[in-house]
Amino acid sequence: MITMEHVCKSYKIAKRNAGFGEACKALFHRKYEKIYALNDITFTIQDGEMVGYIGPNGAGKSSTIKILSGILTPDSGNCFVDGRIPYKSRIEHVRQIGVVFGQRSQLWWDVPVIDSFELLKDIYSISPSMYHTNLEELTDLLNLGELLRSPARQLSLGQRMRCEIAASLLHNPKILFLDEPTIGLDAVSKLAVRDFIHKQNQIHKTTVILTTHDMQDIEALTKRIILIGKGKILMDGTLEDIRKGNKNIDETVAELYRTYDI
Amino acid sequence: MSLKLYMHYISINIRSVMQYKTSFLFTAIGQFLISFQVFLGIFFMFQRFSNVKGFTYSEVLLCFSIMLLEFSIAEMYARGFDQFSGMVRQGTFDRILVRPQNEILQVLGSKFELTRIGRMLQAIIMFIYGISKSEINWTVSKIFTVFFMLIGGTALFTGLFLIYAALCFFTLEGLEFMNVFTDGAKEYGKYPIGIYGKRMLQFTTFVIPYALVQYYPLLYLLGRKTNIFYVFLPLLATLFLIPCYLLWKWGVYRYQSSGS
Repeated sequence: MITMEHVCKSYKIAKRNAGFGEACKALFHRKYEKIYALNDITFTIQDGEMVGYIGPNGAGKSSTIKILSGILTPDSGNCFVDGRIPYKSRIEHVRQIGVVFGQRSQLWWDVPVIDSFELLKDIYSISPSMYHTNLEELTDLLNLGELLRSPARQLSLGQRMRCEIAASLLHNPKILFLDEPTIGLDAVSKLAVRDFIHKQNQIHKTTVILTTHDMQDIEALTKRIILIGKGKILMDGTLEDIRKGNKNIDETVAELYRTYDI
Repeated sequence: MSLKLYMHYISINIRSVMQYKTSFLFTAIGQFLISFQVFLGIFFMFQRFSNVKGFTYSEVLLCFSIMLLEFSIAEMYARGFDQFSGMVRQGTFDRILVRPQNEILQVLGSKFELTRIGRMLQAIIMFIYGISKSEINWTVSKIFTVFFMLIGGTALFTGLFLIYAALCFFTLEGLEFMNVFTDGAKEYGKYPIGIYGKRMLQFTTFVIPYALVQYYPLLYLLGRKTNIFYVFLPLLATLFLIPCYLLWKWGVYRYQSSGS
């Protein structure tokens, strides 16, 4: 179970006006502005749930994911994941989670994908039998087959994303964070990824937290949506709650953003 | 366990490099030639002067080769620290933090610079030449001295690289001025530090302990000092790693609280 209670996080951002003179001035005297990335965030996610975490750019989605995965320490508030405080017991915590950053690869660029997997096996100390079972299952479900023997640099984006997802699941995490997993993918790959995430949740009861701008992802995968804007949770409900009539999902969300002025 | 993992990292690094064999070969040769040019500098200088403050050509060469060897070993395995500013800026460090292993181990594993083997080869050739010409009376304690120099010096350079990486947490950019201490040390470390004067010697004894791994043990090797204490001085330099590690830890802590 994941609990966030009144979590706040602010950043100091250096600000200056345009121009060379201003840049020189800023070298000596820097003005900082405090911005609240997260402002009193509270929610609970049950085991096995699939949740869509949406909001415009800069709303605080990544900060939330970073706190939940132990990378970032909040300024105030409590955060518990299965009884652990992620940023306090980081190493213990990250054994139980899988993270896919859609924009950043975790595969070694120049060696066959399977070599990266073998390294992950050692990093997570996965037992040989568990590794083989998981690898077989993932290969089967994500249709990796031949891909495993190609270097990551030679894969298409869609192929690579499938490998990235497999890499994040080799150690049987209970919770999977997906940060824009379908960004830039073609229709076929998108469907394959969605289909897989769905199956993973069904078979292993993996808790999935998905941030995305692609509303079709949300529609296909999650019952529950948490909408965040300007660091605050604006809505926590089901897709049906926010959809009025038979409107297109993108329009619904755009309208929602407008109502909240985010 | 960590060692096995580290070996796995090295193996995957080498496999990556082997994808670009030509590039590897030329970089390694380049590394060899760069150090060779420094060697020529020393060589031509000694064509005109027979000694520098009482050190002969072969003695200086011995001194330089040991320093170069230490530097190239450190650069080979601690190259990840050198590239660390990129890891922080591109967010690769986030990936390291979501893995259940020590951060330093993962940063070290991220890059193993095999091309430094060129520089190392150069150092070994000079070392052999220096030894054969310098007429050292080899004893067990002197062999240990060389060995300890290598350990201490490699640790010292590793520490400097670690500081360089840790500072990235505070500045996001790599700080070029740190090269004064790493590349710079390699440059002025070609001569026994004693020749640079008393102030320099104090600085390199108590602040950044180059002299502990270079000047003092060299005097012992050349038989100018006989106190057995000099044999172990290089090992003392490994203590330098402690403040470096603390700075790193502080940096990680800051990264986790500031998120940048």
